[in-house]
Amino acid sequence: MTAARTGSGRLAINRLKSAKPLDAEAVDRFLGRHEVPVVEGDQCTFLWRGEADEAWVCQRIVGLPDRIPLRRLRGTDLWQLVLELPEGSRVEYQIEIRRGDHYERFNDPLNEKRSHSPMGSSSVCFAAGYETPDWVLPDPEARPGELKELVLRSRALGRDAHVTVYLPARFRPTASYPLLVVHDGGDFLQYASMKTVLDNLIHRLDVAETVVAFTHPGERLDEYANSTAHSRFLTQELLPELESSLPLVGQRAGRCLLGSSFGGVAALSAAYRSPDTYGSLVLMSGSFVFTDIGTDHGGGPAFDPVVKFVNRFRAKPRCVADRVFMSCGVYEQLIVPNRSMVHVFENAGMQVRYTEARDGHSWENWRDRLRDALSWVYPGPQKLYYE
Amino acid sequence: MTPSITLLGPQRRPTLDRVLSSLGVGGPVAVVNAGWQERESDDAEILALAGGEATNLRLFARWMDVLRADPEYAAAEREHRLVLDELQQLYLIRLDHALQAVSAVAARPDGHANTQAMALEDALAAVRLLDATHVARVQELHGAFYARWRPEERGPIAGHREEVRGLLATAECLVVAGGHVGDLLRVLHLFHLSPHLPPRLVAWSAGAMALAPRVVLFHDRAAQGASLTEVFDAGLGVVPGAVVLPHARRRLRTDDLPRMSVLARRFAPASCLVLDDGVRLDLGPGGALPPDVRLVGDDGRITEGAAA
Repeated sequence: MTAARTGSGRLAINRLKSAKPLDAEAVDRFLGRHEVPVVEGDQCTFLWRGEADEAWVCQRIVGLPDRIPLRRLRGTDLWQLVLELPEGSRVEYQIEIRRGDHYERFNDPLNEKRSHSPMGSSSVCFAAGYETPDWVLPDPEARPGELKELVLRSRALGRDAHVTVYLPARFRPTASYPLLVVHDGGDFLQYASMKTVLDNLIHRLDVAETVVAFTHPGERLDEYANSTAHSRFLTQELLPELESSLPLVGQRAGRCLLGSSFGGVAALSAAYRSPDTYGSLVLMSGSFVFTDIGTDHGGGPAFDPVVKFVNRFRAKPRCVADRVFMSCGVYEQLIVPNRSMVHVFENAGMQVRYTEARDGHSWENWRDRLRDALSWVYPGPQKLYYE
Repeated sequence: MTPSITLLGPQRRPTLDRVLSSLGVGGPVAVVNAGWQERESDDAEILALAGGEATNLRLFARWMDVLRADPEYAAAEREHRLVLDELQQLYLIRLDHALQAVSAVAARPDGHANTQAMALEDALAAVRLLDATHVARVQELHGAFYARWRPEERGPIAGHREEVRGLLATAECLVVAGGHVGDLLRVLHLFHLSPHLPPRLVAWSAGAMALAPRVVLFHDRAAQGASLTEVFDAGLGVVPGAVVLPHARRRLRTDDLPRMSVLARRFAPASCLVLDDGVRLDLGPGGALPPDVRLVGDDGRITEGAAA
């Protein structure tokens, strides 16, 4: 719920400050009346209630301090912070408090909205204008596709590679389907609701009926950081296996690699090693960290091979796919590297569609971009239906 | 003999029963709803509206049966479709550039009006040529495919063709519903309906599109944004000189007059027929458009009575 400011333009928290008496009951009434954070236009009031020496809102919006102090409302145990969040923003955050020498960080107990990732959960603030897209929620009208587990002995990776294969509803062996290969497949299924998203977008004719291979990494930071082995696995093992066992288009135009964060690097580097194989790439918040001079990239050792690869790519850009969909959250550290890659890809002769969202480096950001990405890469047959 | 043709707007509120009654259709009616694909068999309502003697030609089910019974043909058809898809994608790349040229010329703010008009006409002529050569290429590929795989000589297809011909021979009217225009066209060609059409035809939405000489796909409100209006394939051609635009007001940005103007002028001399809800067009001899037809004019406005 987005609260509107009163005619006087005063924020709800400022009205509370003028309450007389400003006591526990006034705070109770205030919290009973407002959803937290209190969103009033572009002003979002974060709140925490309790005893502490200090309290902060912790978030990862680039340009803001990671920890922003909450101020205690005099005479109460309510702590508040007003942040300006532009329309459409979606911000993940936690509360941190200090009691003496003891620090504690936790999700906002006054806000039920949670965002989940492999790293755990966090609270989430929907600023004015942000709405969870309806196509990420289960639709009983949408016929569900099917998930099948595949285990492939990979010589390239030296391990069994588990792949979850999505077959669209009404799958027909006599048809021809484009293929989408998704990095971090388990996370996309779990945290980005990708099966539901696929079912819905295909049902709505926004996206073509597509076979999707959700791959699951082993040592992710090794395999996704410009690894020859991973690229070989995708192109020389997984692709032939899928194209020989499923009715796939089997041509460049019908092959797409998708990845977010390090997965974006993995997708780009696989296409780089096999530039005639993949027609499209979907790169969400790609970890395209680079240096213009020196070696201090600030990403830590895991980024060393990434930086080396991205620097090489930027020095000699190569057309590795016909079309590249890129997205990034404007609140991410990676926003500048991603913006910088757009013209690099374009200058290499690739058609680029780039979108930004007022969001962070999160699964829900990537989930929310799936419609734009997939409907561009594999447009649905809306144009063919005239009921 | 060319059948007498009635085109209808989308049948969300069905008028088929009243239309057939007003046409005096009392005999057997053949129904094609293959555009509904797997839902083809959900035909109780359409058969009821078409009258007691209506028969569903089940063209989609027949196509599926052919693919099952004749794997060699199924594989060839799949390959043919992939080639056509690739050709369509390449056409779209060229079309994108050609239409950008049209927009760029049209958007020039100054200069001599006559010069600009000439340049715009030439840019549109380039688009027309592109459309024409594309549809010719598609026909060339279809021709080569049919010549090689000779469907008339393949058991399962020939058998279904024979049955369909028999059903059409006794029908007084053929009703063609909407749905997926690509699949609809495919089965209309595969089962060779053109030479065996009954005396009356009633069609709407994708069914109406399939009767025109060219099938033009359009959607200005697709998920990925306004997409290019593209020529897809040749239709049966029994509604000559028309491009059929069902759901035009829902699917086209009809308030964008420059865009609509380009649409109308691009397909000239064919007329862009607007088939919105509630429309009924009883075509005259040879498929002549009636006076009350709604068309997209050269100025981009939807006009009524332009054919008068």
